[in-house]
Amino acid sequence: MFKKIAVGALMCASTLAWAAPDSVEIGFITTLSTPAGYIGEDERDGFNLAIKQGDGQLGGIPISLIVEDDALKPANAKQTSDRLIQSGVQLFTGVNFSNVLAAVVPGVTRSGAFYVSLNPGPSVFAGKRCDPNYFVASYQNDAYHAAGGIAANSLGYKKVALLAPNYQAGRDAISGFKETFEGEVIAEIYTTLDQSDFSVEMARIRDLNPDAIYQFHPGGTGINFVKQYSAAGLTDTVPMVTPGFSLDLRMLEAVGDAAEGTYVTGIWSMDIDNPQSKKFVSDFQEEYGRLPTEYAMQAYDTAQLIGSALKAVDGDLSKKDDFRAALRKADFQSLRGDFRFNTNHHPIQDLYLMQIVKNEDGQLRPKLIREIASDYEDAYAASCEMPS
Amino acid sequence: MIFFEQLLNGLQFGMMLFMLAAGLTLIFGIMGVVNLTHGSFYMVGAYCAAYTISSTGSFLAGIVAALLGAGLYGVVVEVLVIRRLYKRDHLYQVLATLGLLFFTNEAVSIIFGRRPPLVNIPSALEGSITVMPGLPYPIIRLSFIVLGALVAVGLWYLVNRTRIGMLIRAGADDHEMVDALGVDIRKLYTIVFALGALLAGLAGVMAAPILAVEIGMGERILITTFVVIVIGGVGSVKGALVGALLVGMVDSLGRAFLPQLLGMVLSPVIAGPLAAGLASASIYVLMAVVLIVKPGGLYPARS
Repeated sequence: MFKKIAVGALMCASTLAWAAPDSVEIGFITTLSTPAGYIGEDERDGFNLAIKQGDGQLGGIPISLIVEDDALKPANAKQTSDRLIQSGVQLFTGVNFSNVLAAVVPGVTRSGAFYVSLNPGPSVFAGKRCDPNYFVASYQNDAYHAAGGIAANSLGYKKVALLAPNYQAGRDAISGFKETFEGEVIAEIYTTLDQSDFSVEMARIRDLNPDAIYQFHPGGTGINFVKQYSAAGLTDTVPMVTPGFSLDLRMLEAVGDAAEGTYVTGIWSMDIDNPQSKKFVSDFQEEYGRLPTEYAMQAYDTAQLIGSALKAVDGDLSKKDDFRAALRKADFQSLRGDFRFNTNHHPIQDLYLMQIVKNEDGQLRPKLIREIASDYEDAYAASCEMPS
Repeated sequence: MIFFEQLLNGLQFGMMLFMLAAGLTLIFGIMGVVNLTHGSFYMVGAYCAAYTISSTGSFLAGIVAALLGAGLYGVVVEVLVIRRLYKRDHLYQVLATLGLLFFTNEAVSIIFGRRPPLVNIPSALEGSITVMPGLPYPIIRLSFIVLGALVAVGLWYLVNRTRIGMLIRAGADDHEMVDALGVDIRKLYTIVFALGALLAGLAGVMAAPILAVEIGMGERILITTFVVIVIGGVGSVKGALVGALLVGMVDSLGRAFLPQLLGMVLSPVIAGPLAAGLASASIYVLMAVVLIVKPGGLYPARS
């Protein structure tokens, strides 16, 4: 019985491998179910848009994209990546959350395969544990929060209260902000990750009366927070600064007018004046009937980066050193404009300040106010000794 | 002044918990069913409301849709699944309702999509009024408190002053005897179950303007709701009310004042996360203390 199954499985595997002999397989493990599924959707669609525009190719190399759902569970993602590695996949991307990434990356790089992150860039892999086969095309996790601190400085805030959920990314947000903020932090308020009611925190903020608050709450908690902030009448008196992914376009739709006036930080804005970014926004909208989030932008950039490196090795991933060198060059037109890799394979890029305002059509959009940091690089690169 | 505001916050959170706990305690206490799907009724109510409000623009229509949607879904769940499990062990009920919870989450994401819909605060309930000099409080939260109080009074009247309430109480004490006296106990159970779902749906529509309407929103609050009914005593509406208010107060005041209290003796780096941890544990400590003193909860329905 077992033999039969094994033979059947082998046959299946061989026919699968037979289907597209000359294409490069890319393992795309992302979060498509759970409430955070919209993020994975945008990433998949952004990546696919780049493939579609190349007629099924990236950098002139045919691509077969293997999309898998991790349901936001590190164990699922690990299992899937192990299975794909065994079936010969040499290139991975797609993971959306830091905790899932932490489960996937070590296995991938240890097997000699490559991982290019299109969203999270946790500090653990940016410093001492940096890896020659691991690239982050999006941002190091501190970038948004460092931008928050710089934004608060440039907006002239002296007393700021910080709010974030009491877990790793939340504590990172608060310490990342404090690193660049020059004024006084008058309170650090920790919430919980599953909190839905923030009335207590709102009362506290009113009582503290800071110049501004910086808050980081992902997904549904972020929607709750901004809605209740406005319902408490605080929007008019205490300005809010938040990282872009804490108030992305989809969340903005769910928050509505309550978000007006909020400052958001980011690595890209739809208003950036470069032709490739404008074209991307209109192409994405035409293809999928919605505006792209920064997640879609990052996925598109990642696809282009991968394309540029595949082109350099003519789709032959066994030329690992050449492929790595080509990735390092980052020889592609980033939607963000300037883009290059630091020694730890994390981007050196510009940071932007935006504000949620109504456009001519009365829709709420993050409007670019100004660039607040040029060529920002993370602090971990110094402790990374990258083997060449 | 901030103390009064936090008291109001506790009261409002308590009322929200009460609307969920009242239904859950009736279902658990009278029918003996551990119903993990209760959070799903809350979610279904919120989604029906969000959909109706966005297509009609009327909040009242949203309330009606939430009540209908959650109530009908409750009836469907009771007739198709729960009815087969009355005689079974609690474990079967937990398994079946847990499965239903996953099923509902996926069904809602297929029907309404994964992107959380927008529900604005209705214009009549927008803004704040000054409750006391120097204390403005959002009207939407005040209306929550008022509605919770109305539900409490209404349930008290229903259970203690009406014929159906009498049957509910009798069914809780000895459902076989009620059955033998010619009362259709099955119908009664369906009504109780639908009533519970209806109340959860009502909580859902009221929460929609201030909370995120999203898949899994019910699970976030379900555990706290179970804590409430254990504290209050399973099966007692009065217990649910007292338990909900206690939990609401302890949770809100804990989150509000523990950080400052700890901040006096510890450095803020330690005090912040520690206080957040202690505050989220506070309701479980409350539950433990209540159970030590009164193992059946504060107002046990059956001795």
